[in-house]
Amino acid sequence: MKEIINSPLNRRKFVTGVAAGGLLYGLGGFSNSFANTQAQAKFHHHPTLKGKQFNLDIGYMPVNFTGKQRLATAVNGSVPCPTLYWQEGDEVTLRVSNKLKHSSSIHWHGIILDTQMDGVPGLSFDGIDAGKTFVYKFKVNQSGTYWYHSHSGFQEQTGMYGAIVIYPKEPDPVSYDREHVIVLSDWSDEKPEKIYRKLKKMSDYYNFRERTSLDLFEEIKSKGVKQTYKDRKMWNKMRMSDRDLSDVTGYTYTYLMNGITPDEGWKGQFKKGEKVRLRIINASAMTLFDIRIPGLKMKVVAADGQNIEPVTVDEFRMGVAETYDVIIEPKEDSAYTIFAQSIDRTGFTRGILAPSAELNAQVPAMDPPPLLGMRDMGMAGMMNMKGMDMKNMSMKSMDRKGMDMNHSKMKGMDHAKMSGMQVSHDEMKTSGKAGFGSQTKPTHVKTEFGPHVDMRAMSPQSGLNDPGIGLRNNMKLYGRKVLTYADICGLAETEDKRDPSREIELHLTGNMSRYMWSINGIKFADADPIQLKYGERVRITIFNDTMMTHPIHLHGMWSELETNEPKYIPKKHTINVQTGSKISYLVTADARGRWAYHCHLLYHMPGMFREVRVS
Amino acid sequence: MKTTTKLIIISLILQISTSFAGAKDDPFISKFMFDQLESRNADGSNPFVLSGQFWFGHDLKKLWIKTEFERTGGETEEAEIQALFSKAIAPYWDMQMGIRSDLGIDALTNRNWAVLGLQGLAPYFFEIDTAFFIGENGRTALRFEAEYELLFTQKLILTPEIEVNFYGKDDPQTRVGSGLSDSEIGLRLRYEFRRNFAPYIGLVKTNTFGQSAEYLRTEGQAVSDSQFVIGIRSWF
Repeated sequence: MKEIINSPLNRRKFVTGVAAGGLLYGLGGFSNSFANTQAQAKFHHHPTLKGKQFNLDIGYMPVNFTGKQRLATAVNGSVPCPTLYWQEGDEVTLRVSNKLKHSSSIHWHGIILDTQMDGVPGLSFDGIDAGKTFVYKFKVNQSGTYWYHSHSGFQEQTGMYGAIVIYPKEPDPVSYDREHVIVLSDWSDEKPEKIYRKLKKMSDYYNFRERTSLDLFEEIKSKGVKQTYKDRKMWNKMRMSDRDLSDVTGYTYTYLMNGITPDEGWKGQFKKGEKVRLRIINASAMTLFDIRIPGLKMKVVAADGQNIEPVTVDEFRMGVAETYDVIIEPKEDSAYTIFAQSIDRTGFTRGILAPSAELNAQVPAMDPPPLLGMRDMGMAGMMNMKGMDMKNMSMKSMDRKGMDMNHSKMKGMDHAKMSGMQVSHDEMKTSGKAGFGSQTKPTHVKTEFGPHVDMRAMSPQSGLNDPGIGLRNNMKLYGRKVLTYADICGLAETEDKRDPSREIELHLTGNMSRYMWSINGIKFADADPIQLKYGERVRITIFNDTMMTHPIHLHGMWSELETNEPKYIPKKHTINVQTGSKISYLVTADARGRWAYHCHLLYHMPGMFREVRVS
Repeated sequence: MKTTTKLIIISLILQISTSFAGAKDDPFISKFMFDQLESRNADGSNPFVLSGQFWFGHDLKKLWIKTEFERTGGETEEAEIQALFSKAIAPYWDMQMGIRSDLGIDALTNRNWAVLGLQGLAPYFFEIDTAFFIGENGRTALRFEAEYELLFTQKLILTPEIEVNFYGKDDPQTRVGSGLSDSEIGLRLRYEFRRNFAPYIGLVKTNTFGQSAEYLRTEGQAVSDSQFVIGIRSWF
C-alpha cells in the first residue's frame, strides 16, 4: 500500500485519485477496503445493511483518495456509508451513535416521515451530540432509490452519505434481472470549512478556465473587433464570467463512484442479455454530473425514487441530491463505461460494467466546457422568439408524447408546446390549473436589491425543456438524446387533483463575487419561515436570478413538478432550477411541523435556505 | 484612535449567525494580502516597498487595514497606515471610512487624516480604490488607484496599475504641493504558482508634478524615476 500511496499524481487536469488507494483501513471484512489493483481484478461490493433494525455509528475514518491520507466522516467505517435496504410497509428502527467530537445528524433524503425523524438539527431535533445516540423510528410508506446524509455543518463533504433502496410492497412495475447502486460524490483533501473560506475570500479560487487574452485574440480573429466587443460588453458591464460554471472544481475534487476513484474505476458485473437496473444517486456536495454509458441506451424508469413513464435517453444531468433509476440491456459480452462528467468538465468519475472482472472499457474524453450565455443570464425572453433553439425544444416535447396519447395527454402536449415558446400570458387560460406551471411574470421585491444580490433575471424562460447548460446541442453535436424535465411523466396518476389555491414566488439570489447566497435576497439567518396551512395545495414558482444551476430540496413533502401533464405529475424531492430560468411545482402541505427547504449545493445551503412551517 | 477601537468592537459583534441545519453562512473571516512586497532597482539605492491590506469581519462589514511602506538605504522614506470601516454599498462596491496616519521622519512631518473612500470593481473589471482625505489645518487630499488584470494564461498575469495623488494646499514640511502632486504607473507580470503565491517582475514609473516637483528640484532630487521591480504577491 505504502509505495502506491506515495506515487506521483497527475494534477494537470484534475485529481483522478490513486488507483489502489481507496480506503486505507478500518473497514475490516468489506471487499472494497483494499481496493483492487488491475492484477487481482475483481468486482466491487459495497457494504450493505438489510432489515428493520439498524445500528449506525458515525465516526472518523482515515481514507486516501489522492495519495494523501485524510480523515473522513463515515458510518460504520465506510465511505460512502453502507447501503440500507428497506421494505415498504416496514417500520424501521435506526440507532445512530455519534462517535465524532462534535454534533452530528442523519437526514433521510426523500423519505416522507414525521418531522421529528427528519434529522435536521434546529428544526426537527437538537442534533446528536458527541457521544450520544439517537433512535430514529418510522414507517416506510414508499419505495425506490433514496439516500441519507449528515445535515450538520459540512460533514456531507467529508464522506457522510449513503444509499437507501426500498423494495415495493406491490410487484415492481420495473422488471430487471440485476441491480447496482451507483453513488456519485466529490472528495477534497481540503477541509470543507477551508473551501468555504477560500470562496469567501476569492470566489473564483477554483476556476482555472477564465478567459485569457489568447481567447480574446482568437475571438477577434474569428468575429472581428466590433462583434467581439459587442459580445463581451454585457459580461464586462456585469463584471461576471461566462466561464463560471462551478464554485468548486476538479482542481480540488476527486470525483468518486461508490467511493472508488476514476483512476481505479468502480467495477460491477452483468451477464449478457440481462436487464440491469442502475440506481444512481448524486451524493456530491457541489457537483452536478452528466451521466452516459457509451454504447448503451438508458431507459429512465424512476426519478427521485418515484416511478415514471419509461423514457429512453443517451444522457442526463443529475443535480446534487437527485436520484435516477435507469435500465440498461447490454447485448454484448464486453465492458461498458458508466461515465459521469462534472457540469464544468473539470473532471469525471467512471465505473465499469463488465461480464468478467478482467475486462476494461474505454474511457471517453470529456466534452468541451460550455460557456454561459444570454439564456443563463435570464434574458432568454429577449432573444429572438422564433430562434432555432425554441423550435427544436417544442418539437422535442411533442416527440415524446407522440406515441400513446389519450385525450388529456394530447391537451398537455399543446400546452407544453405553447409554454415552451412563451406565448403571451393573456392567451394562456391555464395559469391557475394544476400541472401547467406558473404564468406569472417575475416580480423583484425590495429585498432583492442591494450589495448582496448581483443579478436579477429580466426575462427567465421555463427550465422544463432545458437539458441544461452544456447539453443543449448534444443531439446535433453528438446524436445524444438528453433527458429534460419535460420528458418526465409520473407512472402513477396524480393523487391530489386539486388546483393550487395560491402561488408562492421565490427567487434564488446571490452575490457570486462576495460568495453570498439567499432566497429573495434574504439569507436564512434573517428570514421568516414560509407558512403553509395544513392540507392546502400550493404552487411554488422559483425564479433563478443567478447563473448557477441550483438543486432545490423540500423536506417532508413531495415537490410535484409541473410538466404540463396534470394527470401524471411526477413527484420529486429535489428540483434542479436551471440558470436564469423558472420552474413551478405543486406542494400538498400534508405534513405538520417545521421542515427544511434549501439549495442542496453544500456551500450555498447556509444562506439559500428556508424553514417551511406547516400548521 | 478612539473611533478605530469602536469600529473594531462593532465589527466583531456584527453578526450573530444561527447555525440551524448546517454551517454558519457568514463566518468571521480575515484575509492578509501582500499586493506588493518588492525590491526596486533605483539609482544608487534599492528601495524596499510593501503595499499590503488586511481585513477581517463579515460579508458586508469589515475592518480594513491598508499600509504602504518604503525603505531606502536603511531609512524609512514613506510609511502610511489606514484603518477603515468598510461597508458594502453595492454588489461590487465598498464604502470605507476611517483614519490615515502618515509617519514622517519626525513629529513635524507626521500627518493624520480622516478618510472617506470607495473601493471595488468597476465595469470592464477595473479594480478601483479611491479616497478623499481631510487632515489638520485645512489640509485635504485625493487619491485614485486603478488596476487591471490581463490573463495571458490562467497563471501568467500582467497587471497595469496607476496611482495619482492630489493635495488641497502646499505642505512644505512634507514637500507636497497643491494640485496634482505625484503619480505612479506600474506594470507587473506575475506567475501564480498557487492562487495565493505569485512572484513577479515589473516596471514602475514615478512622476512628481507642480509645486511638489519644485520642492524636489530645489533639493536637487529627480522629479521622475523609472524602476525595475522584483517581488512577491501573496495572500492568506
